[in-house]
Amino acid sequence: MRKVLLPLVLFLAVVLLAALPVIGSRALVQDLFMVLCLLVLALNWNMLAGFAGLVSVGQQAFVGVGAYGMFACVILWGMDPLAGLLVGGLVAMALSVPVAFFTFRLNGAYFAIGTWAVADIARLGISQWKALGGGTGTALPKGAVQDMPGIQAIRALIGGSKAAAVDALTYWLALALVLAMLVASWLFLRSRMGLGLQAVRDNPVAARSVGVDPVRLKALVFLLTAFGTGLCGGLLFIQIGRISPDAAFSLLDWTAFVIFITVIGGIGTLPGPVIGVLVFYGLQRLLADYGTVYLIVLGLIGIAIMLFARRGLWGGFTQRTGLDPLPLSHAAPRPVTPTDP
Amino acid sequence: MIWLDTLIQGLMLGGLYALFAAGLSLVFGIMRLVNLAHGDLIVLGAYLILGIGTATGLNPFLAAALALPPMFALGWLLQTALLNRVLGEDILPPLLVTFGLSVVIQNALLMGFSADSRKLPVGPVEAQSLPLGPVNLGVMPLVTFVSAVAVIFGLNQLFYRTALGRAFRATSDDPVTAQLMGIRPDRVFAVATSIALVVATIAALYLGARANFDPATGPARLLYAFEAVIIGGLGSLWGTLAGGLVIGLAQAFGAALNPEWQILAGHLAFVAVLLVRPRGLFPRAND
Repeated sequence: MRKVLLPLVLFLAVVLLAALPVIGSRALVQDLFMVLCLLVLALNWNMLAGFAGLVSVGQQAFVGVGAYGMFACVILWGMDPLAGLLVGGLVAMALSVPVAFFTFRLNGAYFAIGTWAVADIARLGISQWKALGGGTGTALPKGAVQDMPGIQAIRALIGGSKAAAVDALTYWLALALVLAMLVASWLFLRSRMGLGLQAVRDNPVAARSVGVDPVRLKALVFLLTAFGTGLCGGLLFIQIGRISPDAAFSLLDWTAFVIFITVIGGIGTLPGPVIGVLVFYGLQRLLADYGTVYLIVLGLIGIAIMLFARRGLWGGFTQRTGLDPLPLSHAAPRPVTPTDP
Repeated sequence: MIWLDTLIQGLMLGGLYALFAAGLSLVFGIMRLVNLAHGDLIVLGAYLILGIGTATGLNPFLAAALALPPMFALGWLLQTALLNRVLGEDILPPLLVTFGLSVVIQNALLMGFSADSRKLPVGPVEAQSLPLGPVNLGVMPLVTFVSAVAVIFGLNQLFYRTALGRAFRATSDDPVTAQLMGIRPDRVFAVATSIALVVATIAALYLGARANFDPATGPARLLYAFEAVIIGGLGSLWGTLAGGLVIGLAQAFGAALNPEWQILAGHLAFVAVLLVRPRGLFPRAND
């Protein structure tokens, strides 16, 4: 029964989310676009910190570089924003190679500081790029975004203005990115490499003794998450439409929130970020009028989780109930007993 | 002549960064704790000094002296109530707890004092300078630099010449064996964090006297301080001073070339040093 029910519920949830631009209000679409993007960032950060043990506080470097890559493609070379998106992701991934070369030399907690310094270097470096507005930033030309392929078809489908169609398109792309990230993470973590990665996290010495190469695996995760984070950065700023170094490389928006989301939901678990982002959105709606109080509450919840329930809400749930609908481990093979018929 | 001036400015700035970093270096050397809230604790100290100064009308230097006991107590409380519970093999929980703390302190300060920038009124000494051969040397930067050297010297004496320092080193090297010798690591850690916050209060005094500060000032200062600690090498206090000077000099020379390059030059110096010496200039311990 459970085997049928869970996929069915998940499928219905996805269909409902996909239909939202048609049935829901534009404000809700914009809200959920932000939620989905934060979820993509959280899924990426969770892979890094929760599975590969790479606690980065500099992921905003890849958000910013992805976004600026997309802007450069559109403004300087007149490319389509969606093609720019892909270029932005690739540029972020290319950047992650030298970054990994540098930060992987620093172990443990030094790694966190190293990534943070790199993100600040990226921010200050991009601020020198005068063609894209330097320190004050610039805006996407309005036409470029509204002439993206598919906008006319979407207008025919949902009605409304061109701007609403752009919101719908970016929303669907974010949803697709979330689904792709979830499926890819799940497949990767259950693969040979993913199991190796989790083995390194749980016991590095034992993992090495059976032939797992931790540095290679971690570098691979670092590279792939840089791509995912860069794509998400580009997508975020297609929708926002205006960019500046401080906004694109914001530690608070693209790393601090993401860390809290992952920690609250359950770091090192796949559904954790999904739960976390729901809690985050709920808190945001509840405390929207109080500004700073909201951040204080978020910080206190994060601290409390680390003190009392290290594996977050989802980790606590699976531990209490012994129920894990999305297991990352493989079941042990059935013992072959001679009495079996 | 301009280069000599820049050199001296860089050294003075480096002294300030070494002060920011000294407390971090101590805590990191003893318990491998990366305290991401250290910058915000310094800013908290600056507001405390400002508050005491306005309430009593005292000079910031005297107000800072009055701020030392409560900051010492805060360090004790922080370590025993919070940080001792999350220290362990896994580096993630202490990182995330101090990260949460940083966000909480920053926003609590924002609520209490608004985003207006403040400055500690140190009086006429602020504008005074000494003619030193061909260049003029500000009195406040010089006092800051001398304080930094004095603090590092004092911490070093404490570390290598006292029973408490022996306990620090023993716990740092091998907490289990230290426990067999009758040392209680959690007490040692609490004293270490308290001393770190006392040093942070001294840093806060010079931060507030030198430039404007607001609740969001902490993280950037923290980054420079960490760079100084890492450049210096784990557990070496004189190394931390050297690291502070490297960052200060790089920032001063970067700024002399182009004001926009000040911070960038500091970061690039950090990267360059680590590419050559991944464990810093003078590492004491092995991890």
